[in-house]
Amino acid sequence: VEPGLVAGEKRLGGQGVQPSGGIKLRRQAPEPHRLFWVALAAPGIIWLALLFIVPFYTILAIAAGRVNQVFGYPVAVWNPLQWSTTNFTAAWRDVVGSSAFIGPIIVRTLVYVVAASLLSLVIAYPAAYFVARFAGRRKGLFLVLLIAPFWISYMMRMLAWIDLLQTDGYVNKALTSLHLISQPVNWLGGLGPTVVLGLVYGYIPYLILVLYAGLDRIDPALIEAGRDLGLGRVRTFVRVTLPLSRQPILTGMLITVLPMLGDYFTNQLMSGTTGTTMLGNVIDDQLTTPGLQGEGAVFSLLFLLALIVPMIYYVVATNKSSRAAA
Amino acid sequence: VTTTAATAKSTGRADTGARAGLSKLRPRPNPWRRPWLLEGFTWLYLIWSIVPIALAVLFSFNNGKSQSVWQGFSWRWYFADPVNSVLHDPSLHAAVVQTFRLSVYTTLIAVPLGVAFALGINRWRGYTASTFNFVMILSFVIPELIFGVAMFFVFTVLFTSVHLGTLAETLALVTWNVSWPAIIVQARLVTLGRQYEEAAADLGATQLQTMRRVMLPLLTPAIFASAVLVFSSVIDDFVLVDLLNSNVSNTPMSVYIYSQQHGGNGGPALNALGTIMLVMSFVVATAGYLGYRWMTRGERIDRQQALATIAGA
Repeated sequence: VEPGLVAGEKRLGGQGVQPSGGIKLRRQAPEPHRLFWVALAAPGIIWLALLFIVPFYTILAIAAGRVNQVFGYPVAVWNPLQWSTTNFTAAWRDVVGSSAFIGPIIVRTLVYVVAASLLSLVIAYPAAYFVARFAGRRKGLFLVLLIAPFWISYMMRMLAWIDLLQTDGYVNKALTSLHLISQPVNWLGGLGPTVVLGLVYGYIPYLILVLYAGLDRIDPALIEAGRDLGLGRVRTFVRVTLPLSRQPILTGMLITVLPMLGDYFTNQLMSGTTGTTMLGNVIDDQLTTPGLQGEGAVFSLLFLLALIVPMIYYVVATNKSSRAAA
Repeated sequence: VTTTAATAKSTGRADTGARAGLSKLRPRPNPWRRPWLLEGFTWLYLIWSIVPIALAVLFSFNNGKSQSVWQGFSWRWYFADPVNSVLHDPSLHAAVVQTFRLSVYTTLIAVPLGVAFALGINRWRGYTASTFNFVMILSFVIPELIFGVAMFFVFTVLFTSVHLGTLAETLALVTWNVSWPAIIVQARLVTLGRQYEEAAADLGATQLQTMRRVMLPLLTPAIFASAVLVFSSVIDDFVLVDLLNSNVSNTPMSVYIYSQQHGGNGGPALNALGTIMLVMSFVVATAGYLGYRWMTRGERIDRQQALATIAGA
């Protein structure tokens, strides 16, 4: 085959896949093979633009929009020049003003999430560390058991604890027979610790998986070197293993803390009383209440703003680690 | 030489205690001893994480309404009961169908979309590409509730021809899950490098031919793993479908369990529903694991790596 022919074929082939509708690039016409990649990425880009970026602008347009006075449905205002502050002042009143009710809810959400995420870390780290470092030939078995809850639906996992924590459930039976409690405790009647337990149980599989993957990547030679240079077990751990697991701990915490902050179903299932309401419940309730949807949009926006820094941190960290892998 | 090195290593290990003792004038325990405490803790964790679910599965076979007193084995809540079983109660039945339907639709749309996106973004270097790659990873970490709120508003205020229900649920789930194939395929592309493509181009393949005959076969394991992950995350998804369902015919299992339990109508039929979800996920996971092992049979991928990949780690 003549080289010229091949080159000609290549050019033709490249032109053949140009998108017919045409993605217009303003600068000079790019070489055909670049257009090929643009055409491949285009559906995903359009999808994300329409169903990810536009929806977030919609939240903004509703938050800064008006509320129909008669029917109470939200009216989106798309033009930034006509934005009103009605919903923002209503939200402000709920946070600090005359009808303030949201302060204690925010505090409670933070307390639950901090407690649940720290507890998760304290439980997940040793288990992940053991499986990654010491499981030896039984690593496959341990890994299957470690990953199993990841495959079990969140609702099923909550259901399991609801069964156990009922007044005549096994937890009360066990505690009574051990004489730790004299009469059954109503665990599901609005107790904070029950909600924290639910959160830990619900989100720990995601954390443990991230920790395992990170700890498994640590080169055992580094730990052996620490030992060979005369460090004891504890000091090797503190000086070698722990600094090396900083990144997995951070990403693991983010991957559990971010959804926990928006959780509104765990506390509903594990207690269902207003005494354990979290921030997610406020947004969820406002979303389904006519007249309050605009305010729900404001709180969603504020929530997003509060989390934007850790989210971007996560994106940058993932980008960096994938580039480091290359 | 090898034998000497091995002997040196083993004596080194055996003598570690002694040497440390000499240098510090204090004998230390063997640092390579088995970490019994850690192992015990890990077993306790595993028992805590698995036994409650095993009990919940067990009580879905209970011949009675109780979820704490065993009254004998029965298929009552699955199909034997003519009214309240999953097979005969129309809303329970609809929930199973809806979960399955959403998983299939979402996987069929999200996987090709994400794979094409990953290929395009990875090779088309430019400002637009990196911006949208950033947006895509952002969609992976954004709290689901906020994304659900955005979807709820966009379908009720702007794209009103998309009514709440199966279409809205599918569109939202695709957007939420498209990052799985996009991230996994990009990671695979990075490890593959460009040499295969360049070799194909040198041998005269057009770009389409290279894509079809070289890149797609090389990417198959990654695409397959991401399809498994998308399918199983849709089974498990709750927040989006909770916000976007409109009536009982488009309510999947997770939302049905939540609304019934929350409304005080819990019972063994819900455990049966949860068990069906669990079996569905495990079938997908097992098929995913075996399929992935088969597809990567020529490569040096051990069982643990395959397991971790299928779980998205």
